[in-house]
Amino acid sequence: MKLSREWLGEYTTIGAPDKEYCDAMTMSGSKVEGWEVTGSGIERVVVGRVVSMERHTNSDHMWVCRIDVGGERELQIVTGAQNVSAGDLVPVALDGSTLPGGKEIHTGKLRGELSEGMLCSLGELGLEQRDFPYAIEDGIFVLEEDCVPGDDIRAVCGLNDSVVEFEITNNRPDCLSVRGLARESACTFRTPLTLAEPTVRGGHGDIHEKLSVEIKDAELCPRYTARMVKNIKIAPSPKWMRRRLRASGVRPINNIVDITNYVMLEYGQPMHAFDYACLHNGKIIVRRAGEGESLRTLDGNDHALAPGMLVIADPEGPVALAGVMGGANSEITDETTTIVFESANFLGHSIRKTAIALGMRTDASGRFEKGLDPLGTVPAVDRACELVELLGAGEVLDGTIDVLAKAPETTFIELDEGRINALLGTDMPREFMTDTLTALGFELNGNTLTVPSWRGDCTMLADIAEECARFWGYDKIEATDIRGAATQGGYSEKTLFMQKLGTACRAMGYTEVMTYSFVSPSSLDRIKVPAGSPLRDNYRILNPLGEDTSVMRTTALPSMLGVLSTNLNRRNMEARLYEMATVYRKQPGKALADERTALTLGAYGGGTDFFALKGAVETLLRAARTPDVRFTADTETAAFHPGRCAAVWSGDTRLGTLGQIHPDVCAAYGLDGATYCAELDGVLLHDLEGAEPAYTPLPRFPAITRDIAVVCDAAVPVGELTDCIRKAERNVLRGVKLFDVYTGAGIPEGKKSVAFSLTLRSDDGTLTDDHAEEAVRAVLDALRESFGAVIR
Amino acid sequence: MKKMLESLREASRRAIEEAVDMDALEALRVRYLGKKGELTAILKQMGKLSAEERPVIGQLANEIRSELESGIESRKSALAAKLQEAKLRAETLDVTMPGKEISLGKKHVINTVLDEVVDIFIGMGFSIVDGPEIELSNYDFDRLNIPENHTVREWTDTFYITGDEKVHLRCQTSPVQVRVMESTRPPIRILSPGRVYRKDEIDATHSPMFHQIEGLVIDKGITMGDLKGTLNTLMKKLYGPDTVTRFRPHHFPFTEPSCEMDVQCFECHGKGCRVCKGEGWIELLGAGMVHPRVLEMSGIDPTVYSGFAFGVGLERLVMRRFQISDMRLLYENDTRFLSQF
Repeated sequence: MKLSREWLGEYTTIGAPDKEYCDAMTMSGSKVEGWEVTGSGIERVVVGRVVSMERHTNSDHMWVCRIDVGGERELQIVTGAQNVSAGDLVPVALDGSTLPGGKEIHTGKLRGELSEGMLCSLGELGLEQRDFPYAIEDGIFVLEEDCVPGDDIRAVCGLNDSVVEFEITNNRPDCLSVRGLARESACTFRTPLTLAEPTVRGGHGDIHEKLSVEIKDAELCPRYTARMVKNIKIAPSPKWMRRRLRASGVRPINNIVDITNYVMLEYGQPMHAFDYACLHNGKIIVRRAGEGESLRTLDGNDHALAPGMLVIADPEGPVALAGVMGGANSEITDETTTIVFESANFLGHSIRKTAIALGMRTDASGRFEKGLDPLGTVPAVDRACELVELLGAGEVLDGTIDVLAKAPETTFIELDEGRINALLGTDMPREFMTDTLTALGFELNGNTLTVPSWRGDCTMLADIAEECARFWGYDKIEATDIRGAATQGGYSEKTLFMQKLGTACRAMGYTEVMTYSFVSPSSLDRIKVPAGSPLRDNYRILNPLGEDTSVMRTTALPSMLGVLSTNLNRRNMEARLYEMATVYRKQPGKALADERTALTLGAYGGGTDFFALKGAVETLLRAARTPDVRFTADTETAAFHPGRCAAVWSGDTRLGTLGQIHPDVCAAYGLDGATYCAELDGVLLHDLEGAEPAYTPLPRFPAITRDIAVVCDAAVPVGELTDCIRKAERNVLRGVKLFDVYTGAGIPEGKKSVAFSLTLRSDDGTLTDDHAEEAVRAVLDALRESFGAVIR
Repeated sequence: MKKMLESLREASRRAIEEAVDMDALEALRVRYLGKKGELTAILKQMGKLSAEERPVIGQLANEIRSELESGIESRKSALAAKLQEAKLRAETLDVTMPGKEISLGKKHVINTVLDEVVDIFIGMGFSIVDGPEIELSNYDFDRLNIPENHTVREWTDTFYITGDEKVHLRCQTSPVQVRVMESTRPPIRILSPGRVYRKDEIDATHSPMFHQIEGLVIDKGITMGDLKGTLNTLMKKLYGPDTVTRFRPHHFPFTEPSCEMDVQCFECHGKGCRVCKGEGWIELLGAGMVHPRVLEMSGIDPTVYSGFAFGVGLERLVMRRFQISDMRLLYENDTRFLSQF
């Protein structure tokens, strides 16, 4: 909402400079977005009188003019314009002047003739023809204003006004008006407020003989008010009106249109004017659109109306989309002689739905959808008629048609200054509260406040507390520590657990990434998730920004691959990344998702290979105190290399997958080197987290190590050999560590040599060689029995 | 004999001082003190001495022996020190050469700032809770007093999951308030950070997914002053003790009275500059006293309890903190960006 301070001055006198005014308004709740002084780009441009004109000797179209600018001597200025004659008053940009857009004018020579400035057109002053309808567009602006040479052009053209732009919150449609903002301003600065009531002379017939109005849907149209004007004389509106409209960001059109816009800006009540001749039988019916109806609106577009949309109709059909836009069939034209002013109250919700459905949100619909004052229709229509008489734009008929289909309810609130102060933490005197509320239009009887009709947002004491607080000043509320019982703060256990995993990842050199929760549906194809997989049962966004962000992810693997791809594309030669990614799984019989944290790891380059990633996963699982961890070969998960993928287990619970990404999947993501990823279910990890360990006494006796190497079938997994060794010796075997796997010279085809380092220790005494040999023998025996593995 | 001893003393002293290495010293020890050493040889002749001379010479010989021993020892340690010094000198490194690189993983910058904020609130007794991101409109809209016709419910603003508009991606963290209120009796002090979704195209300052931090305090006698105090504490801890804030009236459906909090521009200290677009202040968050209807809808009696709530956009805090001008950087995850924090 743009407010002209000159216009504001009609209601209340506030002397504060612009910045002070804006700051104070912001702090009392009418947030100022910015302000500007109209014509502020114009410097040193004055009115000049053309004294004489001569042809330029070196040009066939230029003129050399002598101009009186009210100074001691006349200036010589060259112009190429053809619409100037001696005696005209014109805007003159003097030497060293600036024009809107930053253009500077200096004395110079034009084809050899001295030119001490420039004569200006409308456009050069940032104006357009609608602002000064008598001027021509492509020529010098020949002034018809009451002015003399030397006058500042800004004052002459009404360009020295401060225009303040407010951000008005949705709950205050009353502040989308000059009168509403005047009330706020007067209350902020504690200045007197003069809100004149319009008076209409009328005397040109009775409206009731010409027009009738019927409301068929009281819910959608609680009130419809109309007045009529005959013998319309369409003309430009006067300068003061054009200037105020322009300052408010509205283009002047003609007197009747300008009046409807002016009243909307002044009162906040949208107005519409119909050509009476186009209303069949002089009857207006407010109803919902029927099946198959359509309307061409003022902007020339045809709309098929959905049943339920509120229309203004005559007996023949719709003539306007209620609260949105008038119909072309009842538009004011140059032939119009009699008009009907409509000033109505519509249900905001319905107007909004219609405006959205037809894709035409207008200034009027924007106001209606916030809910307007049902008592505001009569003063607004009277004001329009008053302006018609003031401008001599027509003759107003007596009487007002005012159909009140649904009477508004008045809200009463008990003023309780004790509770207000208790809520705010203030000691505001009752007198301040009553002064403020009265200034805002509330009426107080005893302790009972009557809420003004335009303040539909005020329904309870908390609202009144805000009204008082914002004029008392939020800055005067003392900042205090939280009262009340002390509470024990802290993280949830799950969060603490996830933080522990994050710390472990970072300690291993993995850096955290953060990606969008929504992905492209094709991402599941790219990682080759089979049809029918539960991962394909995802939440779809019905109105996504685009296909790429249209489904909620069920796996975070595509997100990680995307990040790795971005980094590789940008020539980051290595990456080790992790994400605590939320994934969204459907739950049978429930509307909401099972939102789980997936821990993904992703890496390429820098020496990362399968076992580097597996080591990271193993370390993580140790940090997570996951019991009974094991890995099995996974040839099924198609995103991974079928020979380099492991399923991660805790006992019989599958925790996730790790491995090298399948070359096809790499290709789909533009990853041309070996890429490794793991995805683990963070919720399962948390559920399975082992108990906090108790202290284990440090060994009192030394350990001894024995290295063994066995030859077995190449197909036997090392994991099975290790399990076998662990089971074979349970008394003194404390550790089994693989240190070599060898095939080649000396080893038969189809066989491999596997070497382990065994750590042996007893808690009862220093282990003897005999004991150690016994343990090693047991291990070797078991390996031979289980796998036919023989000592190398 | 005394004379012999004296000359041996003299000669040995000199020899020890002149010994250049451990081997030479050992040779000297053998030469003088060994079984066939010079001192031993002299002592063997003790028997030839008179009874008067014997103790005198014996004492002298013992003196010389211990002198020799300690002389050799001290020369030994001097030589050892010298040897070590030479070795150390030989081991001199160019300490200006770079250290071996250890790559430390980094926390995402959003979580770095989030953890700071969370720690501040835990210090004030807040519990950290979370809630679903795919949320019921009942929690995200209805019970937050957001009217039927509010623009946030429009399909142009909110991502819907079901056509009946009952399930959508939450557009704020506020529904967690409702979930906490319906399951917990006051006193309540919770902080709920999380992802939220709005239908904004991705650009330098917008993202369809971002993070909010929701705060809620409910107890008997909670005032708007408490709200100001709490948020001032946050700002001073986050941005330094000189941080200046201002609270100005605003409107939210779920709070009454409502406010927005600005911080004074760090760049110009309120004078107005490019950073704050001439305003002198930077809008940071929205807050207010919990709307009585919101309390009521969750079964808390607004005549007994009052409370405040606030919601902060985390990305905004992060970008302000590290002077990051483009929000897209936060979700691109370029390691050259991530490793900076």
